Amino acid sequence: MGKAARRLIVVIYLLALVVVPVALVFWNALKDGLGPVIEALTDPVVVHALQLTLIASLVSVVLNAVFGVGVSVLLVRYEFPGKRALNALIDLPLSVSPVVVGLSLVIVYNVRDGWFGAPLASLGIQVLFSLPGIILATTFISMPLVVREVVPVLQEQGTDQEQAARSLGAGGWTTFRRVTLPGIRWGVIYGVVLCFARSIGEFGAVKIVSGNLTGKTQTATLAVEQLYQNFNQAQAFTIAAVLAGAAIIIISVVAALRVRVERRGA
Amino acid sequence: MTAALSDSKGAAPEGGRVLRTNPRSTLTRGAGLGLGVIVLWFSVLVLLPLAAVVAVAVNGGWEGFLTTLTNPQTAAAIELTVLTSLAVAVLNVAMGTLIAWVLVRERFRGSRLLEVIIDVPFALPTIVAGLVLLALYGPSSPIGVNVANTRTAVFLAFAFVTLPFVVRSVQPVLEQLDREAEQAAHSLGASAGVTFRRIVLPALIPAIAAGAALSFARGVSEYGSLVLLSGNLALRTEVTSVRMLTYVENGNLAAASVVATVLLFVALVVLVAIDLLQRWLVRRG
Repeated sequence: MGKAARRLIVVIYLLALVVVPVALVFWNALKDGLGPVIEALTDPVVVHALQLTLIASLVSVVLNAVFGVGVSVLLVRYEFPGKRALNALIDLPLSVSPVVVGLSLVIVYNVRDGWFGAPLASLGIQVLFSLPGIILATTFISMPLVVREVVPVLQEQGTDQEQAARSLGAGGWTTFRRVTLPGIRWGVIYGVVLCFARSIGEFGAVKIVSGNLTGKTQTATLAVEQLYQNFNQAQAFTIAAVLAGAAIIIISVVAALRVRVERRGA
Repeated sequence: MTAALSDSKGAAPEGGRVLRTNPRSTLTRGAGLGLGVIVLWFSVLVLLPLAAVVAVAVNGGWEGFLTTLTNPQTAAAIELTVLTSLAVAVLNVAMGTLIAWVLVRERFRGSRLLEVIIDVPFALPTIVAGLVLLALYGPSSPIGVNVANTRTAVFLAFAFVTLPFVVRSVQPVLEQLDREAEQAAHSLGASAGVTFRRIVLPALIPAIAAGAALSFARGVSEYGSLVLLSGNLALRTEVTSVRMLTYVENGNLAAASVVATVLLFVALVVLVAIDLLQRWLVRRG
């Protein structure tokens, strides 16, 4: 098979599977002009959905960034019993169906007989069908993403500078703050950005956990589904285009940054 | 996937007392505390809920398992999901390796754009992926192709969301492959095809297998992209996750947990396989 043939097959496959369908969504959203787009985006239900998605995703990202950096440092710089098990288990959320995630949270946090749900309810804290549940779901799903980006960077960075800092008298926390963290900042940034993209896109787990209450616990992805099923296709395509646009911008920026960082040898 | 952690090397002198040069634990007090907090957080957020699912499933005993799994709709859903995921994994092995090869060895103008395109299915919300495919291959398709509510739609959705896995698995290995063996083969008169088949491919097999395993696991778990595209027709285009959701919506958490436990078991097997493959990769250098 010649080089040109291989290239052609790859290009056609990607065009047919990804490029044309995605372009078509933007086309469908914009084909009646900007009027319907603005109308869709200023609909209070849609605005609330977008806000809810943003808030839940930002909280997830912060939680996972802290967790991710902590786990990465522990996995790369230390030895401890159970390390390999932890390393393998960290990837678990990526292989688990979002419906299973939603189910697991319902079992644990439901008010009637959930292991945590019942005691929390008596304290007046509602997890399911409200924001905390959504945050739990998106945090669960995107948990490994920061770790996956930081671990390779940390491994490559090596311990020379950290050891130098220690020998000069810096404590553990100071070393971490002023030597380790700046060194891994690109890994953290990539991980955080991917985590954010994954969180705004979460659908199955959030659907189960939130109850999908329009205007209250409906996220952007859930709004897309409901709008399409109510034959409100124009609005559905508009929000879909917004989410798709955000995702594409995110990965494009990450790709561009990655090239620039590699070129500078940072 | 998480980069493989190289095993700590420990040398032991022959005979006499064995000195461990890598201690079982190098945790400082601060690190130990951090580990404790992290393990606690991870357990509460991830492990405990998943354990609860298994607990609920096991609670129903073997009869619970059998009743749920032999329900015709559930059995059909599991069969459709597994078979389609396998078929898509095979497709991805071929196309993924090809795409990785073209990207690494045959760079051309615009191949950087391809890199972004390949990551789109990974970053796109799954419901949007369904809508995306519906736009071109659904009722309002501009090219007249309509596979909505058919099994082809399930295959298409899986192929879309699992596109990046084999590519991204094979790419780094291909990039770091030592060209010496290939050049030697070439200088001995081997054709490109033979060189690929007998020198390059064997080196790529662990990466391809890992990517295929991830692709399979992802396909089996997929939900969002199928909601609008496949019509979720019972016994025809209904996949496992949709079936589970129906159980949950009907309040039958026990049955949902049974199906979930089966899927969790599959995920665990895949994870273990990948871990073993990565260790093998690290050992081969």
